Amino acid sequence: MNREENRLEWKGRGMSFLEKLSPLHLDILKEVGNIGAGNAATALSTLLNKKIDMEVPDVRILPFDEMLDLAGGPETIIASVFLRICGDAPGSMFFVLPPSQAACFIQQMTDERDISFESPPFSEIAVSALQELGNILTGSYLSALSDFTRLNLQPSVPALSIDMAGATIGSGLIELSQVSDLAIVIDTAISGVGLDTNFVNGHFFLLPDPESFEIIFASLGVATND
Amino acid sequence: MTDLVKVIKVGIADMNIVRPPDTIRTSGLGSCVGVVVFDQMMEIAGLAHIMLPDSTLSKGSQMNMAKYADTALHELVTRLMKEGARNFVMKAKIAGGAQMFQFSNGNDLMRIGPRNVEAVRATLADLRIRIVSEDVGGNSGRTIEFNPKTCMLNIRMVNKGMIVI
Repeated sequence: MNREENRLEWKGRGMSFLEKLSPLHLDILKEVGNIGAGNAATALSTLLNKKIDMEVPDVRILPFDEMLDLAGGPETIIASVFLRICGDAPGSMFFVLPPSQAACFIQQMTDERDISFESPPFSEIAVSALQELGNILTGSYLSALSDFTRLNLQPSVPALSIDMAGATIGSGLIELSQVSDLAIVIDTAISGVGLDTNFVNGHFFLLPDPESFEIIFASLGVATND
Repeated sequence: MTDLVKVIKVGIADMNIVRPPDTIRTSGLGSCVGVVVFDQMMEIAGLAHIMLPDSTLSKGSQMNMAKYADTALHELVTRLMKEGARNFVMKAKIAGGAQMFQFSNGNDLMRIGPRNVEAVRATLADLRIRIVSEDVGGNSGRTIEFNPKTCMLNIRMVNKGMIVI
């Protein structure tokens, strides 16, 4: 089955509400990404004492394979911090970045210049620092989102993995895959000038569970079916 | 004359069939399981990239057969038989089912890798297909490629090199 047909099959894939999504709804989801990632970028900037830039969020409805392409394709090695969101509007969240850039962040955080995530075994302090960085960033993303929507959102303890994008993101899609073959991704990229000339960038992927969309829209006073 | 060798790619929750000289490949197996079913004499093989153990987990209204261990393997065997493979000589090789994230709380969905492997074993046993070799579990992603001519399965893991089973 080709991808175009896939898109036409929303209705049959447990995603019938997608037909009701208007440009207004997509703008709201963009704003959700904006507020969350904006807060996270500020936290990162404070932590590293560096200027961090953020791109305009992108909201996409994608089959799983194409979702992996956002992270560079299934075999690209990425560092990813993954957590489940529990509470009023369940979902999943990833903070994804290339290992070289994760190392760059952690070098600046810890002042250890020889930290690397290229080949194991990784130093324990580096892994722990990266996990904490993910914890702080995803936490600030979610608390901004929770303030904005006045929804009760509780993050699980974030888990870290440095491996192929297909393997890590694929495992994070399990919950969603029981309901649908498509992911709605709110993708926000951040970047900043790192050490020397390295360019640091990462992505926040927010993947609300399908039943959470109506809850998010309702919390902001927008009906899904008007 | 040179044969143009293709690598047939199988995506997430997808399946396909291969004949020599082509090979078949799926990338980035994490908690998912890659199952190769083959008939060595007829030189035909099928590969399924399975995401979930059981089609009764499905909450959606339409079914993607290739996503679940039970439906994917039955469908794969049916398609192989249509292509001339013989049920009674089919064998299988499996890889994947890792646990990519270590969570302290025991959410059942977080041990989906081992559950996928169990479900694949059970379904293959139902279909009376023997697993001749496997590389499952652990906490690393795998990319696998099967050659239907030699019936060997190449498995690549990040930072751990390549193994052939």
